[in-house]
Amino acid sequence: MLILDYVIIGNSAAGIGAVEGIRRVDREGKITIISDEEYSAYSRPLISYYLADKVTQEEMKYRPDEFYNQNNVDAKLGIKVTEVNEDDKKVLLEDDEEVTYDKLLVATGGAPFIPEMKGVNKENISNFIKLDDAKAIASDIKESEAEEVVILGAGLIGLKAAEALIKKGLKVTVVELADRVLSAILDKEAADLVQEHLEEAGINFILEDTIIEFLGDEKVTGVKLKSGQELDCDLAVVAVGVKPNVSIVKGTNVEVNRGLVVNDKLETNIDDIYAAGDVSEGYDMLHEMAGVIPIWPNAYNQGLVAGQNMAGSNESYREGFARNAIGFFDLSMITAGIINPATDEYEVLIDKVEEDKVYKKIVLKDGKIVGFIYLNDVDRAGILTGLIKEQKGVEDIKNQLLADDFGYIDFDKEWRTQKLAE
Amino acid sequence: MKKVYAREEYCLGCKLCEVYCVTNHSQSKDIIKAYKLEEVTSRIIVETKGAVSFALQCRHCEGSPCVKACITGAMQKDEETGIVDYDEDKCVGCWTCIMACPFGAVKRDEFGNKVISKCDLCAEEGEPACVENCPNAALIFEDREVEEVC
Repeated sequence: MLILDYVIIGNSAAGIGAVEGIRRVDREGKITIISDEEYSAYSRPLISYYLADKVTQEEMKYRPDEFYNQNNVDAKLGIKVTEVNEDDKKVLLEDDEEVTYDKLLVATGGAPFIPEMKGVNKENISNFIKLDDAKAIASDIKESEAEEVVILGAGLIGLKAAEALIKKGLKVTVVELADRVLSAILDKEAADLVQEHLEEAGINFILEDTIIEFLGDEKVTGVKLKSGQELDCDLAVVAVGVKPNVSIVKGTNVEVNRGLVVNDKLETNIDDIYAAGDVSEGYDMLHEMAGVIPIWPNAYNQGLVAGQNMAGSNESYREGFARNAIGFFDLSMITAGIINPATDEYEVLIDKVEEDKVYKKIVLKDGKIVGFIYLNDVDRAGILTGLIKEQKGVEDIKNQLLADDFGYIDFDKEWRTQKLAE
Repeated sequence: MKKVYAREEYCLGCKLCEVYCVTNHSQSKDIIKAYKLEEVTSRIIVETKGAVSFALQCRHCEGSPCVKACITGAMQKDEETGIVDYDEDKCVGCWTCIMACPFGAVKRDEFGNKVISKCDLCAEEGEPACVENCPNAALIFEDREVEEVC
């Protein structure tokens, strides 16, 4: 039997998913996983827990220590891939080693987007995406005895950094260009409730403004905002956004739009080169077009399918859509899909109990759920996620969807019994 | 694999399944102590509306979207037994599995701990406690997988 050489660039959710996908099909092939990070696979979303001293580095491990051995994976960690050569089917590493492949997966994730800002390269200014970012922030706090931090960006990353730094005892100010927090996953109503909760926890917000300059000599000592306001700080976090980390395929003919363009099988336009996770641009089933969906479950699922296909299966992944489960200071939220519909072809159901900070919104199109927000009452949210995936019509139970006791009992008996009999 | 199936035509919604689920997942294994002295979340959801009721718990499904979604690696499906279970020490209570489970069968700990709670089929016991103690046999534990004929 022909023994295939698999090479995976990237050692996070998509890369690990691919290992598990390949091994479902092929126990023999040689798998090499390469990452510029020196660590065994760890949970990136836990870096805020790490910074807040809630988990240790050991507890962040995404898979047990024996994972690489058990799956017969050659892990080259802490080394950069400098070039992909699609003609000779090999990748070149920074130490000049060459690794040839029969099947290649690019799972290089996202890279921080850093807008042009004067002084952004000063010391004590960090991103907040990788474990090393969290470590850098922790050591900056210690060494500079930092007390005040300014965070640029009130998205998921910026706010998780803010929460962790409040827990570390810092004075935290978040500057955000939009008129609300978490604009990618919440509507204005929900965002206001979340912002109120975060302010109660001690975070200070400056909205509809941005940083134009970081002040100080070597180390940051403050920021100047577009409005002219100046803020003191001895630490800054830039969390404006993440873009697909596509630089590795420069010099190849792999099609790049925002991310590496992939089909439902996670194949790029170049034979034997696949892409998965935050670097890829696959099909978004709710927007019915290609899109980058940089979320953990999507990355793992894409990696798993890519891995199976690299090993010869014929699997498709068509469940891509944005979804997030996140919480701040014990205020949990689960949101998915289209939550700010722009046109009147959508129907919106809302339930709000302001004093409990509970807000639920379900967005329907053609009698099917295409998005929802569950704020501070997240129980059984997955039923809605499932209905989105399945594109099940819910017109006849529309009035039940927001009820406290909504459940399988609300569906017609035939569908319910069939589902529960699986 | 053997799973728990509800027979809603026999279910009266008495919630004894919950009581025995809590008891069996307690330290003491004693009903009174489990409820009065320990903090144990039942791994079952009893849905009731009018005359209809049934118990629902993790379906230990083949595709296991909760396992695939889990950000920490706490949720795993045992390849041999098929049981989906979680490592309480690795769970941080992010609720991504709650977002992913199409049955709504993963619960938050009811006592405020940042950890989930879900059916483990009473893996070490043989017959799950909910099945064993249902007075109406409205829960049954059986293997419904069709054997593939070569």
